[in-house]
Amino acid sequence: MTAMQHDPAYNFAYLDEQTKRMIRRALLKALAIPGYQVPFASREMPMPYGWGTGGVQVTAACLTPEDRLKVIDQGADDTTNAVSIRKFFERTAGVETTEHTTESTIIQTRHRIPEAPLTEGQILVYQVPIPEPLRFLEPRETETRKMHALEEYGLMYVKLYEDIAHNGAISTAYAYPVKVEGRYVMDPSPIPKFDNPRLESAAIQLFGAGREQRIYAVPPHTQVVSLDFEDHPFEASKADHDCDLCGCGTSYLDEVIVDDAGGRMFVCSDTDFCAGRRAEGHSGRLSGEDAA
Amino acid sequence: MYVAVKGGERAIDAAHEWLAEERRGDASVPELSLAQIREQMSLAVNRVMAEGSLYDPDLAALAIKQARGDLIEAIFLIRAYRTTLPRIGHSRAVDTGAMRCDRRISATFKDAPGGQVLGPTFDYTHRLLDFKLAAEAGTPSAREADPLAPEVPRITEFLNKDGLIQDEVRSEDTPPDMTRQPMEYPANRALRLQALTRGDEGFVLGMAYSTQRGYGRNHPFVGELRIGAVEVEMEIPELGFDICIGEVVLTECETVNQFAGSKTEPPQFTRGYGLVFGQTERKAIAMALVDRALRWEELGEENVGAPAQDEEFVLAHSDNIQATGFLEHIKLPHYVDFQSELELVRKMRKGALDAMKEAAE
Repeated sequence: MTAMQHDPAYNFAYLDEQTKRMIRRALLKALAIPGYQVPFASREMPMPYGWGTGGVQVTAACLTPEDRLKVIDQGADDTTNAVSIRKFFERTAGVETTEHTTESTIIQTRHRIPEAPLTEGQILVYQVPIPEPLRFLEPRETETRKMHALEEYGLMYVKLYEDIAHNGAISTAYAYPVKVEGRYVMDPSPIPKFDNPRLESAAIQLFGAGREQRIYAVPPHTQVVSLDFEDHPFEASKADHDCDLCGCGTSYLDEVIVDDAGGRMFVCSDTDFCAGRRAEGHSGRLSGEDAA
Repeated sequence: MYVAVKGGERAIDAAHEWLAEERRGDASVPELSLAQIREQMSLAVNRVMAEGSLYDPDLAALAIKQARGDLIEAIFLIRAYRTTLPRIGHSRAVDTGAMRCDRRISATFKDAPGGQVLGPTFDYTHRLLDFKLAAEAGTPSAREADPLAPEVPRITEFLNKDGLIQDEVRSEDTPPDMTRQPMEYPANRALRLQALTRGDEGFVLGMAYSTQRGYGRNHPFVGELRIGAVEVEMEIPELGFDICIGEVVLTECETVNQFAGSKTEPPQFTRGYGLVFGQTERKAIAMALVDRALRWEELGEENVGAPAQDEEFVLAHSDNIQATGFLEHIKLPHYVDFQSELELVRKMRKGALDAMKEAAE
């Protein structure tokens, strides 16, 4: 919530302009071919691979001094890695930051889509560990690229079918595969499948995988369908509770163990959403207690 | 209660303070200087330069100090710093034939033309702890001899004269740059060598060792191993000619490998190649073995399915900065995904238990 000068030892948003240009080209290509993984020359960043280097590079390439940045991890603004990435951009870009979804222009996220509907003009940047939805069915990049090119997704459907045959249900709870605009099967990053329906959004959604050197995108108002079968339709599931703090019955919940006896409470994973509801006067089962 | 996930910012700051304190250690012990690390931990410095892909002994020493001696962490610091450096231009290919060798050995010929020089090697030391060092042994000095001739011939060229070793085809193509272009498979040899030279020493060593134990065996001999300084030359456009802009120490290893011949080729020896920044002998030899194993297709050999023959497997997993980052990221919070799995397992268990109950009734 504070705008400052960026560290003059580094270029605005850390990356040099040539690198940002290279990333923007990849982003434009990704937006032009929704769901297609565009190879890009990912740079070594000052945080470890696997900790959001792809998302950070995409955010760096999109940021302008006028932007208001929000960073979340697990839906929360105050998880350690979200704090670390926000600090990185405060230092290297000096942009304003915010915890409010509605006030932000760029949101970098790991593992969640904010509860509040995103609007046109907003950009949601996902951190992606393994961009290839077919990777755990076929480890070779040379093969999976061919499979995408030929739209050869039979293996994926066989996997989902086998899940049902073995377990009676598709046993993928997060990173649930989707088909984008009827063409590419895409990994939505490890968001819970509860979030999948909100992949159809008014915002621009950009996905950055640094270690795997891939960028992909879902443009605004693009069709995104979670893979399923007619007799086993996709179901966006969540814990069967209301938030114990704000009483919301439709938000994604974290289960928090609160005592040594295994007592638990359920709270919104989206901390900004929950705080906003409480500020509006909503309350939950444990609101009276010193919970928050 | 719910405070468990709050306070991240304060916790991070406090952790960094504690880390700085631990890095310094007991304050009554004198602090290490960068010069001490650079001069007395030089092989660590060399490894950090090689796998960090940045030749700067002082920065490598700083990285080692900052990383508390964790070399992969030090390599990470160097890589991240390297990203911020502008690319001014490209040097000429260095001429290792003109290397000022500190060490040069061949295992294939008894008396190598140009001379064998052991140089500063651990090879024939007995690995007995030297307790004198614990008491600061003073300043040793070694006897001296005349340096080798300025151009030392390559051992493999003697074999090449008789056509006994496979010839390397000269190429004027600009090699791809894996730090500026995304990795693509299949990779050509130049790209493979780039990946191997900055690959993790332990990983490359393990891959090389696996070929020696039969997983894609290729009978290597060290045709030649040389370590020394070479000049780096660059053409300055304003001048129109090459000037020397500095020196780097390199380790170069050429292996001579057996080859039975194929339908089109008479039997001849083949080569593996390793070239690494600094005195990094283990890495250079390992690199040469893995390079040779990866050349199976080009040399018309059979793919026996050995890990070291599998380009995508070797190259995609050789980088320790990528590997350690992804490995350690599982420390980050994953409770949203875990929650999602919890719900699914509960639901599936309920379904299974209900079905069992029904069957029992």
